[in-house]
Amino acid sequence: MSRIREKFAELKHAGDGGFIPFITAGDPDLATTELLLIELATAGADIIELGVPFSDPVADGEVIQRASERALRNGVTLTHALDCAARARGRIGTPMVLFSYFNPLLHFGEARLARAVKAAGIDGVLVTDLIPEEAESWIEQLYQNDLDPIFLVAPTTSDERLAHIAQRARGFIYAISRTGVTGQRDAVARDAEELVRRIRAVSDLPIAVGFGISTSEQVKEVWRFADAAVIGSAIVSEIEKLNSAADLASRIGDFTRSLSTR
Amino acid sequence: MEKQRSIISRSEPDEHGHWGRFGGRYVPETLVAPLDELTREFTRARRDARFWNELEHLHRQYCGRPTPLYHAQRLSAHARGATIFLKREDLAHTGSHKINNAVGQVLLARRMGKQRVIAETGAGQHGVATATVCALFGLQCVIYMGAEDVRRQELNVFRMRLLGAEVVTVNSGTRTLKDAINEALRAWVTNVHDTYYLLGSALGPHPYPLMVREFQSVIGREARQQILSQTRRLPHTLLACVGGGSNAIGLFHPFIADEQVRLLGVEAGGRGDAMGEHAVRFHTGAASGGGRIGVLHGTMSYVLQDANGQIANTHSVSAGLDYAAVGPEHAFLHDNGRAEYIFASDADALEGFRLCTQLEGITPALETSHVVIPAIRIAQQLSPDDSIIVNLSGRGDKDAQLVAQLLRDC
Repeated sequence: MSRIREKFAELKHAGDGGFIPFITAGDPDLATTELLLIELATAGADIIELGVPFSDPVADGEVIQRASERALRNGVTLTHALDCAARARGRIGTPMVLFSYFNPLLHFGEARLARAVKAAGIDGVLVTDLIPEEAESWIEQLYQNDLDPIFLVAPTTSDERLAHIAQRARGFIYAISRTGVTGQRDAVARDAEELVRRIRAVSDLPIAVGFGISTSEQVKEVWRFADAAVIGSAIVSEIEKLNSAADLASRIGDFTRSLSTR
Repeated sequence: MEKQRSIISRSEPDEHGHWGRFGGRYVPETLVAPLDELTREFTRARRDARFWNELEHLHRQYCGRPTPLYHAQRLSAHARGATIFLKREDLAHTGSHKINNAVGQVLLARRMGKQRVIAETGAGQHGVATATVCALFGLQCVIYMGAEDVRRQELNVFRMRLLGAEVVTVNSGTRTLKDAINEALRAWVTNVHDTYYLLGSALGPHPYPLMVREFQSVIGREARQQILSQTRRLPHTLLACVGGGSNAIGLFHPFIADEQVRLLGVEAGGRGDAMGEHAVRFHTGAASGGGRIGVLHGTMSYVLQDANGQIANTHSVSAGLDYAAVGPEHAFLHDNGRAEYIFASDADALEGFRLCTQLEGITPALETSHVVIPAIRIAQQLSPDDSIIVNLSGRGDKDAQLVAQLLRDC
């Protein structure tokens, strides 16, 4: 059983909602990212999403765009992100998901990358701009390496496609709470609960809800109807505000605890 | 028209928009449903004679089609070789071929009941064409344009605003066409229910590359008839500049089955071979960043990128060619050898701009100007019995100020 599935089984057994923070590799620098992975694991993260910076992040709002730009200015690459995850894996048991746009992965080479991801101790991969129809060979590479392909579903996704995506996905399904890019919003959209209900009708996989979740109230709201909440921009924004402070990692740990308190 | 379609069917993508390994749909999941909806509507419209009649009516009465195929006598005499013809898309309404696609897609948007249209623009020609057709039909229009291009194309920004469009300046990334498309895609994902995204070139996710090609193929259909009636034979070579590649594919496509006709695309060579100095996606130079297959803006094609798969910066004196990827059908035609791709430098483009203006009294857009010097070189190798067609895709008024400055600086 994959680390991700074990984690969700454990959460279900305890009757708890899952908490999934997102950070961008190399923001503000790689050494801090490694510290942050360890800090997030001890601060209650059930799974951690590690973003690969990309020059053209079309699915992201301004906060994560700026994080990507900071990391790229530092010369951070996919290989750096994998190395960073591998070093953290020596210290933490928390499942990790690599979160990327497709071009850097394609350039690295699908088969080679799947092996490198596995070797780094990462458990699943989510590719923002890769839909299952274009991902057949990629999915096979992940399956062969016992990695979970995580797919996004959106409020605009038809029931027919939901079933198709659920059939290809492993680990969990990532439900986008509303149409739009990543970023903080005032309230959890009603769309999200309806989408989760539609996914449940076609799949037994755990469901995480993300995009626009930024407060502990919103996290609790998501836990009411889904298995986990993903928080990205709120944490990345906090990293940006702390601006490479010496105690950045521990302060992000505190911030994360404030969001994930049950 | 049906006969024409069957002739060109050899460069048809599969039902998911793949030309071989190129094209397809590499998009965030949220966009799949609207792209499916658009594909369905386009497929229906494509088979609907009333749609084509309405489009043809607008092309004639509003856009000024057919545009002339003009025998450029002094340019031909200058080359002392083949007879050079210019397909005068600069005479189409709003001053470039971009109107062909804008009219077609706005008719689709109306069929779909969309009241709000968004678009990206590089040089501003697509933005002006879109704003124009939106004014014609009373649709709300928002144009995304990189800050660098806003600076380079001041006149077109004013024209768009005059037409009632909102022009959003994009300050992220390289502040050019690539970033304008990023921002337009983000805006579409956010307002997917009421907004039509009117993509301006033969790129992006399926069905855009196919749809834009279909709307631009009017260029090549007219040119084919015109050259046959003027010279009684097919041309030796077709030349067109290639940014995303919509004017080129529009000219080339109706000639694809005419295997003796050479198809030549001209990319922007910028000011050097190093990555970041040009926009030559098919470049084979070691440090050029070219010759690599990748994914940008929803389609698989040749994409300029660095050794880590980050999209490369590009440079061209012309905003409209300053783009890191090429339309997927061009990638396909490149790999199967049906079309060839060369490049012309910034300096060649400026020389072409001057030469065409002084010899023919026709000032081409800086994008189009890239084709002039290569056309003369090709013509020199041929005889007057051979003809070549240059797609004069747009007029250069918009560039006059910039060129004046560049020539002063030289």
